[in-house]
Amino acid sequence: MSEQKLQSQTVQTTGHAWDGDLQEYNNPLPVWWVYTFYATFVFAIVYWVIYPSWPFGKGWIGGLSDISYVNSAGETKTHSWNTRALYLEDMNQAAAAQKPYFDKVQSMSYEQISRDPEITAFILSSGKALFADNCAACHQAGGQGVVGFFPNLTDDDWLYGGSYEKIHQTLVDGRRGYMPSFSEVLSAEQIGDLANYVAGLSGIPHDAAKAKAGDVLFHSETAACYYCHGADAKGRKEVGAPNLTDGIWLWAGVAAAPSSEGKVAAIRNVISTGLAKGVMPAWGGRLSPEQIKVLTVYVHDLGGGL
Amino acid sequence: MNFNFKHEWIETNIGLMAVLTMLAISVGGLVEIAPLFFIDKTIEKVEGVRPYTPLEQRGRDIYVREGCYLCHSQMIRPFRDEKLRYGHYSLAAESQYDHPFQWGSKRTGPDLARVGGKYSNEWHVQHMVAPRSMVPESVMPNYPWLLSTPLDISDTADRMKALRKVGVPYSLTQEEYKANVVKFGETVAPLLHIPDAQKNLLEQANFGNYDGDRSGISEMDALVAYLQVLGTMVDFSKYNDDAFVDNR
Repeated sequence: MSEQKLQSQTVQTTGHAWDGDLQEYNNPLPVWWVYTFYATFVFAIVYWVIYPSWPFGKGWIGGLSDISYVNSAGETKTHSWNTRALYLEDMNQAAAAQKPYFDKVQSMSYEQISRDPEITAFILSSGKALFADNCAACHQAGGQGVVGFFPNLTDDDWLYGGSYEKIHQTLVDGRRGYMPSFSEVLSAEQIGDLANYVAGLSGIPHDAAKAKAGDVLFHSETAACYYCHGADAKGRKEVGAPNLTDGIWLWAGVAAAPSSEGKVAAIRNVISTGLAKGVMPAWGGRLSPEQIKVLTVYVHDLGGGL
Repeated sequence: MNFNFKHEWIETNIGLMAVLTMLAISVGGLVEIAPLFFIDKTIEKVEGVRPYTPLEQRGRDIYVREGCYLCHSQMIRPFRDEKLRYGHYSLAAESQYDHPFQWGSKRTGPDLARVGGKYSNEWHVQHMVAPRSMVPESVMPNYPWLLSTPLDISDTADRMKALRKVGVPYSLTQEEYKANVVKFGETVAPLLHIPDAQKNLLEQANFGNYDGDRSGISEMDALVAYLQVLGTMVDFSKYNDDAFVDNR
């Protein structure tokens, strides 16, 4: 480029030449850009007026925008815009949409609910979300539980009772499972006898002679198994002691054991060490009464009974 | 811009530009941070929030050490969906004794601000050792060493002293202890007394048996104790749902 051509240009340059002929234009900012920039000033001022913005004294300027909501005490209130007021308004709107259903759920008996297809459909869909958020971590998404940890809710076996009332009670107050360790009270041989007897109750191949001794021990004051599991070994729901005759195993790894010896050993293990697990948290303080009722019906629907 | 001002002066003088850039940035900080020290509605006035017990504090240290905050937030925002899943939105008051706070900004896992009491200790232990045995779709790493590593309790008091320096009201003297009795009540104040730190830690760990193993105190004991207290200090049934609406 020649010296003459550079000088003939009308646009200003920064006035410095690099490498002899390399120059930089000094164009003004595009007009659209400048006005957009000024518009952001205007936007900010409008925003300050409408929404909470500047600190003022010990508080701040609330802005002109208002939100009305009804609080839990039933008072209608108006507050300058903020996210917590917005949240209350949002909760109000959702509650209003769900209220007809929740009111019905609360006012109807379990018997009536089970015969009302509309309410049942509502419970199945809202219960599914509640179950996924709160119950599935332990009882798994389908309510099938985890052997050795958390009970299956889809079968007919209920530790504390599968009626609506019992499920409700379990949800509100929680549960705390317990079985004492027998390793110091009984000899290894006695525990083996008991394990064979208990295995026999649900048809697992076992040593008949040992089982006979176990039968006596089960109903004796020495081991006193019948205290909690009942003389018929069908469990006592008042104390959460499981039915030992139905072939359903929560704590003992019976299903996973490949051989019948392994199955008996799994039972022996539980008798020996006892159980200090089986804690279900109380949901009474965490979920609302309506939510708990929805969950009660939902869980009962999974496999409720008596 | 007349009065002979030329932007070029700034652009061609790097020292001046640095000073002015810093000035411009400080305005942002001043406007956003400074007022919080003068506004008296920053921290909600609620009952029940107390500093962590020695065991919980040790659990919190492990939480930080293992980087739990990289995937778990402790900040429930005031949105309906968050309320439904996690519970009441978090209050500033609830993390007033957290140094540093664990609000987080990333949720690969769920928010933990109110995980306390939601699951049993047993679930936490099993879930920490083998997350997928409890939650099949989980991508959380396994933390089996928490169960096998004994908790180092030798420096418990020192850790509390450090927190006291940054404003956590752990008591070192009798006067401070008495002030804590007034502030937190007679059952809580002894737990915050630094000279009794180790005794308190052992008592809580042995009584709670958080990891289900009575043979010793593991890091799992501390971590589960911490998780089980998260978000449980404030009893929200005592307040209307709009009790904290003025604080924002």
